[in-house]
Amino acid sequence: MKPISEHQPSEACVTCPSRQGRLQKLGLRVDDSDFVIALAGNPNTGKTTVFNALTGLRMHTGNWPGKTVGRAEGGFSYEGKKYRMIDLPGTYSLLSASPDEEVARSFLLFGKPDVTVIVVDASCMERNLNLVLQVLQITRRAVLCLNLMDEARAHGLEIDTRNLARDLGVPVVPCAARSGEGIADLLKEISLMAARADDPSPRKLPLDVRGLTQALDKVEADLLEVFPGLPQPRWVALRLLEGDREIIDAVQSGEIGNLVDERAMPQV
Amino acid sequence: MKSKDDVLKEAGELRWQLPQDLHDRIAESIHGEAARIAGRSVTRSGGDRRLAWQQALDRLLTHPLTAFPIMIAVLGAILWLTIVGANVPSAMLGSLLVDKGHGWLSELFVSVGAPWWLKGLLVDGMYLATAWVISVMLPPMAIFFPCFTLLEDFGYLPRVAFNLDRMFQRVGAHGKQALTMAMGLGCNAAGVVATRIIDSPRERLIAILTNNFSLCNGRWPTQILMAGVFIGTLAPRGWGGSIAALSVLAVALLGFGFAMLSSWMLARTVLRGEASTFSLELPPYRPPDFWKTLYTSVIDRTLIVLWRAVVFALPAGAAIWLSANVFIGDQSLAAWFVHGTDPFARLIGLTGVILLAYIVAIPANEIVVPTILMLTVLVTGAAGGQGAGVMFETDPGNVRAILEADGWTSLTAMCLMLFSLCHNPCSTTIYTIYKETRSWKWTAVSALMPLVVGFVLCGLVAAVWRSLS
Repeated sequence: MKPISEHQPSEACVTCPSRQGRLQKLGLRVDDSDFVIALAGNPNTGKTTVFNALTGLRMHTGNWPGKTVGRAEGGFSYEGKKYRMIDLPGTYSLLSASPDEEVARSFLLFGKPDVTVIVVDASCMERNLNLVLQVLQITRRAVLCLNLMDEARAHGLEIDTRNLARDLGVPVVPCAARSGEGIADLLKEISLMAARADDPSPRKLPLDVRGLTQALDKVEADLLEVFPGLPQPRWVALRLLEGDREIIDAVQSGEIGNLVDERAMPQV
Repeated sequence: MKSKDDVLKEAGELRWQLPQDLHDRIAESIHGEAARIAGRSVTRSGGDRRLAWQQALDRLLTHPLTAFPIMIAVLGAILWLTIVGANVPSAMLGSLLVDKGHGWLSELFVSVGAPWWLKGLLVDGMYLATAWVISVMLPPMAIFFPCFTLLEDFGYLPRVAFNLDRMFQRVGAHGKQALTMAMGLGCNAAGVVATRIIDSPRERLIAILTNNFSLCNGRWPTQILMAGVFIGTLAPRGWGGSIAALSVLAVALLGFGFAMLSSWMLARTVLRGEASTFSLELPPYRPPDFWKTLYTSVIDRTLIVLWRAVVFALPAGAAIWLSANVFIGDQSLAAWFVHGTDPFARLIGLTGVILLAYIVAIPANEIVVPTILMLTVLVTGAAGGQGAGVMFETDPGNVRAILEADGWTSLTAMCLMLFSLCHNPCSTTIYTIYKETRSWKWTAVSALMPLVVGFVLCGLVAAVWRSLS
């Protein structure tokens, strides 16, 4: 397969390790992409650094939570496929309602990305895994990017990535995006996940609340009857049972049905 | 066939059969699971080399006694570096673009026999305005932005937010407003967009309405020039730069004070409510990648902001030249306005020229000083000008002479610095506020509130100054 871009890469690019998998950074050229990749994670875990490493863009990164408030888009091509990548604002959970977290949540829920790359800070796994588990409730097509491995090592932390991957049921790639470490592996896992025909089955949360499973089954079935093709019906059902005002309103107005196939979210 | 309402009804009924604390129990089970998984995969081996100094630094930077002096010192140091460092390159750019470039272009136009009005509009209006903006703005921005970005990358901003949080809480605003105000120091429009990190609509609105009190990049050159030309000369020899930096720092801190005061007033009156709590993560300190930061902040911030200024300076230059050369009766448009508003403006320590300059500069505050100089020459016919509607060189001595010919004193400079802090935001910011709030009412409030504050403040200062002298 031939690379899409016509210009000849410089020598530095040819010898660059990330080129082993023929990465072409497409910058802002995101037309007619084959796959849509979402980049999610807690604030200040280096999502934007990963985004820049893959797309060749230079969005400014900052060392404070909440730097990215809108949505940034970029593209890259790898092994002949074109990928459109969306850098979402960092969130601690998917349950809150500030405008930046809403952007992330709506896109993960209704944008139906082909792969969601969850970027976590390897030096504080426990806090970051909260969001990971919530994202995995929504989508099974995910890759975990264990970023800031250099910092974790400096803190004297060791992470058993194979164990972690088995526990979560999704691929785990250790990275240090600032220095480019692990980006080649990340690309490979993204492309493998994007090309998968079936959905992998990551570990689902044991929601051991009496009666919850049955209630969820009922509401989910109802939702699918009213809104056929609704993405993530089980998550929506859970939000309804929790009384999430915003989701209730979206069902009430039928707006949730409009979101069935919508990829375009408000642009910043 | 079921309807939407059936779904909601069923969900509502089922909800009652589930435990009351469903939300907490789900959150709990997620937390528990996260802890279990992390515990199985993460092991800590050996000591932590970095934690010790990070904690020591945190203690110093967020200590009740040292936090505020350090914050003020850091801001002061950046300002001093900007004022002192920008002088030489500004003068060089000025002599290259304004003196030589303008003379050369004028000769070119004359030699090809272009009509006087074409040369006037293009060279004396558009080119000069642009050249002025570049020579006044580029050097301070190329110093200020990278410094600020380095601090940001290092991880200092969240500590600032942490220090200020209690003050913001006390006035009924959101602690994260500190971060959005810090963004406003670069650009108010960016600061307004950054308020999206605040979840409560009430506190977000307060943050949007008061962001203009953060002295934005477009206003730094006005502050720096006024401080250097007028305030700095009041100081003994050798101390000019430091005194000038201190006076700019004082204006910036005053802006912070106004932001707090107006937040407090808004939170007590129209935007009443409890301050919401939030958890702010203090990220680890990270050594910034110096060259990369320098590169991105010059390319992505400095040049983009400069480009914006140039785009606005071109038509503004044309407008200034036209206003000075289109006559109604015996006076040009500019002269009509200036003479009409002068009595009121002088009363509050400003001049009619300053008011007109602020109207011309609504699209971009950066061009305020060039516009003032050009209009002053037009009205007073001061020596050094090159005809109606021509802006000229950046030599501080010359600037002072021209302005003094129009009756400027240190009071005028001081009032201009205050008015530069307190006036309506630029049109980009106003538009951004509308986009974020979707309300004309709040957009109008955000534009008019600082203007009223500015008029009152300048009037008070002028009154006190006059009664003392």
